[in-house]
Amino acid sequence: MPRVWKFGDHINTDDILPGKYAPFMVGEERFHTFAFAHLRPEFAKEVRPGDILVFGRNAGLGSSREYAPEALRKLGIQVVIAKSYARIFFRNLVNLGIVPFESEEVVDALEDGDLVELDLERGVLLRGGERFALRPPPPFLLEALREGSLLDYYKKHGRFPGE
Amino acid sequence: MGMTLAEKILSQKAGREVRAGELVVVEVDQVMVVDSIAGSFFKRLAYLEATPRYPERVSIVIDHVAPAANLEVAKAQKEIREWGRKHGIRVFDVGRGVCHQVLIEEGLAQPGWIVVGSDSHSTTYGAVGAFGTGMGATDIALAAASGRTWFRVPESVKVTFRGALPRGVTAKDAALEMVRRLTAEGATYMAVEIHLTEGAESLSRGERMTLANLTVEAGAKAGLVVPSGEILKLYRVPDWLYPDPDARYVQEVEIDLPTLTPRVSVPFHVDNVQEASSVRGKRVDQVFIGTCTNGRLEDLRAAAEVLRGRKVAPGVRLLVIPASSQVLEEATRDGTLLTLLEAGATLGTPGCGPCMGRHMGVLAPGEVCVSTSNRNFRGRMGAPDAEIYLASPRVAAASAVAGYIATPEDLAPLEEEAHA
Repeated sequence: MPRVWKFGDHINTDDILPGKYAPFMVGEERFHTFAFAHLRPEFAKEVRPGDILVFGRNAGLGSSREYAPEALRKLGIQVVIAKSYARIFFRNLVNLGIVPFESEEVVDALEDGDLVELDLERGVLLRGGERFALRPPPPFLLEALREGSLLDYYKKHGRFPGE
Repeated sequence: MGMTLAEKILSQKAGREVRAGELVVVEVDQVMVVDSIAGSFFKRLAYLEATPRYPERVSIVIDHVAPAANLEVAKAQKEIREWGRKHGIRVFDVGRGVCHQVLIEEGLAQPGWIVVGSDSHSTTYGAVGAFGTGMGATDIALAAASGRTWFRVPESVKVTFRGALPRGVTAKDAALEMVRRLTAEGATYMAVEIHLTEGAESLSRGERMTLANLTVEAGAKAGLVVPSGEILKLYRVPDWLYPDPDARYVQEVEIDLPTLTPRVSVPFHVDNVQEASSVRGKRVDQVFIGTCTNGRLEDLRAAAEVLRGRKVAPGVRLLVIPASSQVLEEATRDGTLLTLLEAGATLGTPGCGPCMGRHMGVLAPGEVCVSTSNRNFRGRMGAPDAEIYLASPRVAAASAVAGYIATPEDLAPLEEEAHA
């Protein structure tokens, strides 16, 4: 069962992947092993594919470095829930095919280490008998996510969604 | 209802009137790629089986780790040069300088243009009236491949700076005050539209770059300085490139420059801004003067003014990294560099330097750095517990002399002055 990894407000791109561990510094094959290296050094070892990341407000502020969310994707993260997102990070998540949900209530309700089930299609999160509804991302982004990522969408259609 | 500057630019590009909240796909005038994402950029273009649609609209700048720090980086930079040659793409190589400074110097950001860059501080292009914004590798690759990108037309926050900067107070102090007032998320998804009035129009292009640069620290998509003053002399500004007087803003902030004092951003959040006097006395191990925020000639001169006839305190390292080869050349010619070196400064290759902790000036555990850069995030320049204080070049230089956070006014007067 997927596990919740909960972080606080204002988690920045240096927290997610410190700049010194960028792929072109340490190699494409291993940069993701440094995810949250300063903040939660055990994360990259213990996270399992399908686990869910939960952030507070202004998630992913800071650099445009796409290899921050890319490291998360390489570790198998497909879903992020935050109270709010920094702009570039939000775009990067969608571009990589990670679904960014936004919900104050769900973030407040979830605890680090919770075991949950997620029905992505219906946007329903289950913890034991509890049920949380997640509002899907805007249609434009959903259209891109349906093809996998924005990159896949463009490759298939030769245009941007809605264009 | 009138339009904001962001709405004006995106409407012009979209060829129809667009308003905040709408999605638009628009042509991009310049795509800027830095060395640190070039590998991801090439990979994504290869996945798309695409090459840049308009090679003349793409620039690659080798600045984030220049010269190369290790074998991985050296290989990545070799690939950049080869790829650039193969596809006829402009590559600004090691030593040319920090991407934003270089693009401005090369005229690759112009009023009314859309410039997308693979660096979050691409908001800097707003200094000349360009809609500059930072994006990740995928967006950048798509922009290069298609010549276009998508935007949600942003709402705008209006920030008005009034009056002249008092002596000893700089655009950096004004920018930090702006971030404090807006907070780190106050302008998320929005454009910050900067108006300079009642004397503030005299702020130089470089000072406007400092203001536009820091807007991203309030979360902004773009930081647009309404063209005035020096910009009108240096650029051809189109008639339409002004906001309407009845444009609608989400929030309006007014900052009176004459009332400002030197500011410092305290770890570990950029919007944690205090008066320099309130953190005065904090021990300093390293001082870094440079970056896209404050590595220009005027910044080095401001530091030299403080350092002339003085010495860096024992045990303190003062790193100076000019923002570009052009800045380095000018600072050499006019004697600024000699003054800095005589004071005990160490000089680095034009580029980003230690700003993001990859090389040249990494901080050891427990160390404290006063930096003229734009981020003081935990662990950014090295050890997770090292502290970064953001300040102007004047405060940085004074802190290097004192060995603790200080303003030039805190320093003992020079002997000649004392006798005068």
